[in-house]
Amino acid sequence: MKRRDTGGSALNRARKLGFSFDGRAFEGVEGDTLASSLLANGVRLVGRSFKYHRPRGVMTAGSEEPNALLEVLRDGAWHPNIRATMQELHQGLDARAQNCWPSVRRDVMAVNDWLAPFLGAGFYYKTFMWPRAFWEGLYEPVIRRAAGLGRLPQSHQYDPHEKAFAFCELLVIGSGPAGLMAALVAAKAGADVILCEEDRQMGGRFLSDAGQIDGMPDGAWAAGVLAELAELPNVRLMPRTSVFGAYDGGVYGAIERVALHQAAPGRTPRECYWRITAKRAIMATGALERPIAHPDNDRPGVMMLGAVASYWQRFAVDPGRVVVFGNNDHALATAKALAADGMDIRAYIDPREITADAPFKTYQGEVIGTRGRHGLHAVTLRHKGREMRLEADTLALSGGWNPSLHLACHMNGRPVWDETIASFVPRERMVPGMQAVGAAAGIFSTHGALESGARAAMQALDALGLSATPPDLPQAEDTPYAITPLWQVQAQGRAWLDFANDVTTKDVAQAVREGFASVEHMKRYTTQGMAPDQGKSSNIGALAVLADATGGTIPGTGTTTFRPPFVPVSIAALGAGGYGPGFAPQRFTTSHAQTRKMGAPMIEAGLWYRPSYFPQATDRDWRCACNREALYVRHAVGICDVSTLGKIDVQGPDAARFLDFVYTNTMSSLKPGRVRYGLMLREDGHVMDDGTCARLSDQHFLITTTTAAAGEVIRHLDFVQQAYCADWQLRLISVTETWAQFAIAGPLADALLGHLLGDVPDLPFMGCVPVMVGGVGARLFRISFSGERGYELAVPARYGADLYRHLVALAEGFGGGAYGMEALNVLRIEKGFITHAEIDGRVTAFDLGLQGMVSAKKDCIGRAASQRPGLTGPARLQLVGLRPVDPQSEITAGAHLYPCDKPAKAAYGQGHVKSVCYSPTLESWLGLALLENGRARHGETLRLDDGLRGLRTPVEICNPVFFDPNGGRMRD
Amino acid sequence: MRLPCPCCGWRDLREFTYKGAADALHRPALDDPSGWDDHLHNRTNPAGETRDLWYHDPCGTWVCITRDTVSHAVISGVPLEGAR
Amino acid sequence: MIRLKETSAGAKLRLPPLTGCTLRMLPQMRITSIAPYSGQADALRARLGGFPAPGEVLKVQGIDLVWAGGDLAFAFGDDLPDGLGAHCALSDQSDGWCGFVLQGAGAEALLARRLPFDLRNMASPGSARSVLDHLPVLVLRRASDRFEIWVWRSMVQSFVQQIRT
Repeated sequence: MKRRDTGGSALNRARKLGFSFDGRAFEGVEGDTLASSLLANGVRLVGRSFKYHRPRGVMTAGSEEPNALLEVLRDGAWHPNIRATMQELHQGLDARAQNCWPSVRRDVMAVNDWLAPFLGAGFYYKTFMWPRAFWEGLYEPVIRRAAGLGRLPQSHQYDPHEKAFAFCELLVIGSGPAGLMAALVAAKAGADVILCEEDRQMGGRFLSDAGQIDGMPDGAWAAGVLAELAELPNVRLMPRTSVFGAYDGGVYGAIERVALHQAAPGRTPRECYWRITAKRAIMATGALERPIAHPDNDRPGVMMLGAVASYWQRFAVDPGRVVVFGNNDHALATAKALAADGMDIRAYIDPREITADAPFKTYQGEVIGTRGRHGLHAVTLRHKGREMRLEADTLALSGGWNPSLHLACHMNGRPVWDETIASFVPRERMVPGMQAVGAAAGIFSTHGALESGARAAMQALDALGLSATPPDLPQAEDTPYAITPLWQVQAQGRAWLDFANDVTTKDVAQAVREGFASVEHMKRYTTQGMAPDQGKSSNIGALAVLADATGGTIPGTGTTTFRPPFVPVSIAALGAGGYGPGFAPQRFTTSHAQTRKMGAPMIEAGLWYRPSYFPQATDRDWRCACNREALYVRHAVGICDVSTLGKIDVQGPDAARFLDFVYTNTMSSLKPGRVRYGLMLREDGHVMDDGTCARLSDQHFLITTTTAAAGEVIRHLDFVQQAYCADWQLRLISVTETWAQFAIAGPLADALLGHLLGDVPDLPFMGCVPVMVGGVGARLFRISFSGERGYELAVPARYGADLYRHLVALAEGFGGGAYGMEALNVLRIEKGFITHAEIDGRVTAFDLGLQGMVSAKKDCIGRAASQRPGLTGPARLQLVGLRPVDPQSEITAGAHLYPCDKPAKAAYGQGHVKSVCYSPTLESWLGLALLENGRARHGETLRLDDGLRGLRTPVEICNPVFFDPNGGRMRD
Repeated sequence: MRLPCPCCGWRDLREFTYKGAADALHRPALDDPSGWDDHLHNRTNPAGETRDLWYHDPCGTWVCITRDTVSHAVISGVPLEGAR
Repeated sequence: MIRLKETSAGAKLRLPPLTGCTLRMLPQMRITSIAPYSGQADALRARLGGFPAPGEVLKVQGIDLVWAGGDLAFAFGDDLPDGLGAHCALSDQSDGWCGFVLQGAGAEALLARRLPFDLRNMASPGSARSVLDHLPVLVLRRASDRFEIWVWRSMVQSFVQQIRT
C-alpha cells in the first residue's frame, strides 16, 4: 500500500501533517483520516483482536469499523477504542495499538490463537465453574485483566464538551444522493432543514464512486447542490455529526465531533451532544457493505470493496495488487470502474457465473483461504474444483449491502426481509414522522436514491403544510442490482463473522448445538455483535449462518434488537458540563459570603448550601463548635439563616378555606397576626410535610415548608387547587427567594432585638407583626425551632447580607453567635421536633403522635386514608426518644432496635433510629427512633445494634421531648 | 419525549414532573373506603389510550395528557379543569 | 440605630465574555406578580388595560406586563394602578429575581443551543418559562437580538457558570 501520486479528492497535499503510531513517526496530509494515512504509509497491521489476539488491519472507511480501534493521546490521556476511520489526522496526532503487549507485531497474548480450539464460544462459562472458591480470587481477576478492548484513562478527564438543543422542521440524516436530494427539495420549498452527515465532507457515496449525473461527475454535482444549500438561510449543514438515536416525539440524539480533528483545540468543546427535535425526518443513512465469511478472512489487507474504492478516490491510497471477491453486480461494476481508473486488479472471484467482459481475470468460485502473518500476501481460491493461489496485497470483499436501518428500529420496530436484495429493509412508520430513502430503504441505484429522496421530501413538505412542485430529477445511473447471497464459504478453517469480538461461523454452529438457537441467545452466548461496532458488519451474516445451522429461514430467525446509540457516544459528551459546580444548580443564601468568611464548612440541603458549624482555632473537632453553638442558644442568643425554608404566599377570599383543605388542622380560625404549626398529608394518609402558617391579614397567609420539600409542596398545592378547587378565589406563589429570614433564638433574643429595633413589639408566642429594621420594612415572627424564646426576622433579600452581619455581631456582643446545621439539629432533637429524617414518607400523623392534629370536623387531603386500618394502632412504628444507658456511649442513626436477649435478625427487629446527637445541655447522647408500639414502651430498655459500624449498646426508650417538655422556655 | 402544555405548547420531558393516572382527579366521598382503595391504589394499566397527570414545572400548570401506551403517541394535553 | 445596606446578588459576579453577544446584569427593579382570581380575569383586564396571554409581553398604561406562567403576569416597574387587589393576588417578587441581558447578533443562536424549547417560534417581544440546565428561567425577548433572562436570586452563580460553558 502506498499513496498514489495524483488524486485524492479529500486531500490537501500542500499541507503535510506529522503524526506517530506506536512511537514511529509518519507523515500524512490534511484531509487524511488516521486510517487513510496509515494505509498510505504502508501500515496494515494496526491492532490485535479481542480474544485470539489475531493481527488486524483497517477493514472499512466509516463508522462501522470493527478492527482499527486505536488509542489516541488527547488532553494528556490515552483514549481507547478510537476508530481510525473516524479520527481525522492533525499535526502531532499520537496513536498506538491496543490489546497487545509488548507490541502489535510481537503480542504475547497471541498464544490464545494457538489455543483457539479450547477457547470457543462459551469457554468461560464452562471452564471456570469449579472449584467454586477459585472464582473470586483467581479466575475473575485474571480474566478481567485479559478481557476488554483498550483501557480507560485512569484520571479524571476535564476536556470541555458541550450539550445543545436544536429544532427544525425536517431533519435529513445522511448526505448521499437521497439525502442531498431530499434536503434540496425541502429547503427550496422553505422548510427549516438540518442536514447531518457523519463524515467530515458531505456527499456520501458521491465522494468515492465515479458515476455521472446530468453528464457531469457526480462529485461535482454534489458539490453544486451543497453550495446551493449553504446559501439558503433555512438550512443548517452539520458535518461530522452522527445521528445515533431516534426517540419519542421526533427527538433525535446526535454527536458532533467538534474539535477532535484539531491539534490544539483549547477551550473549544471536543464533542457536542445534540438533542434535535424535528417535525419530520428523512433517514438517508445509506447501506453498509457486508463481508463474506471465508477461512482466514480477518487478515490485515482484507477489506471491504467499497472501502478500497473510498481510500482510492478520496485519499489516493493505492492498495497494490487487488483480488476482489464478490457476489453481486455492484461489486463487478465497482471493480471495473476502479480498474479503468488504474487500480491493479488481478482477479475478480464470484460464485455466480460471470459472462461480462472485464479487464482482469474472472473466476467463478470462492476464496477459501488467505496467507500472510502480519498482512495479506496471497489468496487461495477454489475454481472449477481446483485450488489455486493468487498473489495479492489486498482482498476486497463485497457480500452485498445491508441498508443502515438501525435508527428506524430504535422504537422497537422490526424490519422485513427483502429477498431481491437479500437484506432487511425498514417498514413504513417504524419511527413516527421518519421515512427511509435511498440505500437505507434498499434502493441502490443512484436514480432510485434521488427519486426516493425527492418523493420523501414532497411528503414531508405536505405534512408540514408547505407546498412545492415536484423537482425535475437529474439523469443518473439506474442499473438493477442483482445478488446471489453467499453467507459462508464451505471450506476448512475458521471464518470470521464478528471481527471485533472474534466470533466465527463455528461459534455460531456451536451455540446452536448447545441449545442457544434463538438469535438473542446466540448473540449472548457467542458475544457476536456486542463489541464497540455493535455488529454492524456481522449481524446479518451471523443470523444467516444461524438460520442455516437451525434449518430455518432468515426472516424466520429475525434480528436482534437495534438499540441506540448507533455509534459509540462518549460519556464525556453525554454528561457535558455535569461535574463540579455544573453537577446540579447551587443555591446560595444571602448570608453565604459572610458564612464562608467565618470559615464554616458548607453542607448541601437540597440544592442549597448551609453552614455546618463555625470553627474556632481552639476547637479539637467539629463537635466542639457544635456544642458551643448549641449552648449559645440555650444560654445567650444564636443566629441562624433559615431562608432556605420554602415560603408560599397564599392570598384571596378563599385562601383560609383552601388551607383548611390542605392542612390536617384548621387554619381558618387563625387570627391575623398569629402563626400556627401545620401538618400536610399526602392523599394516601402519610405525612408529606410540616411547617408554619402565618395569617398576615384576613385574606393573606404566608406558609412555610421544609427546605427539602419546598418543590414538592408547591406542586402539590397547585395540584389541589387546579384539580379540586379551580373556582375558588385564591392564588399562591413562592416567595422563598424574596425574603431573607433569620432565627434569633435564646434567652437574650429580646435584648438583641431591643438593640436592633429600639423597641421590641409585645409579641405573644406564635405571633407575627410587621416591623421596621434599619429603615427597611420587615416581618417579625415569634416562632421557635430550638425550644428557646426566639424570633424569626425576615427582610427583602437585598438586605439579607447586611442584616446577617449585624445580627451575628450583636449576638457575639451578648456572648452568643452564629450557629450552623449541626447545632440546629442538636437543638431540635433535644426538643423532639421532627424533620424529614423522621418524615420519611412512610410515617403517619399517628406514628408521630400528631393524630390530634387531624381535625375530625372537616375533610382534608389525606384524611380519609389516614383512618384506614393499618395506619394507626399498636403495630405501627411510633416516634420515641432514646437515651443510651451509658450517656457517653455513642449511638448512630440507621441503627436497628432489638430486644436485649434477641440476636440482630430481621425477625426480631422492632424499629430503627432516625436521628441522633450529643446534647451538651443534657450531657448525653440522644436519639429519635421509630419503634413498634413505641409510645406505650417508655422506660423499656432495648439493644441498639448498628451492624455496619459494629456498634451495640443498650438504650432506654423515652418521651421524644428530652428538654423542657412543657415548653415553658419558648412560650413564656 | 415531548408533551403538550396548554400554556407553553410542546415541551421537552425534562420540564415536567409525573404524578400518575388521571384517576386522581375524582376524589371519593370521605365515607367510601372501597372508593378510596380504588382511588389510591387500583390502576387499569391499559394497553392503548391512557390519561395521566403531569406538572409543567416552569409555568406551574397541571396537564392531563392523553397518550397511547402501545404506539407511544402523545395525543393531547389539557388543563385539569377541562379534564374532569 | 443601624441603617441596612443593599447587597446586589451580582456584587462579586464575574460575567464571562461570550462569542457574538454580550451579557450584562440588570439593576434590581420592582417586580409585582399579578394573579387574577377565578372569574376576575375580565375585570382585571379592564382595570389594567390588558393582561398578557401565554407568551405575551404587553405595555399598558406605561406598565411592562409580562406573562410569567399559568395565568400569571409580572409587572416590571413601580406604577401599578390602585384597587387591583379585589381582582387578583399581588405579591412583591422584586428581591427574588435577577435579570441578565443577552444582546448581540449571536444571542439567539447561543440561547437556542441551551434552551430545550423552540426559540424560532418565540415572538418579539415575547415571554417564555423554561429551564436552562435545570435552572428555572423566565426568558423575555425584547428585540430580535436582545433577550432578558431572569433567574432566582439564589442561583445567579450557577446561571453564570452555565451560560459560560
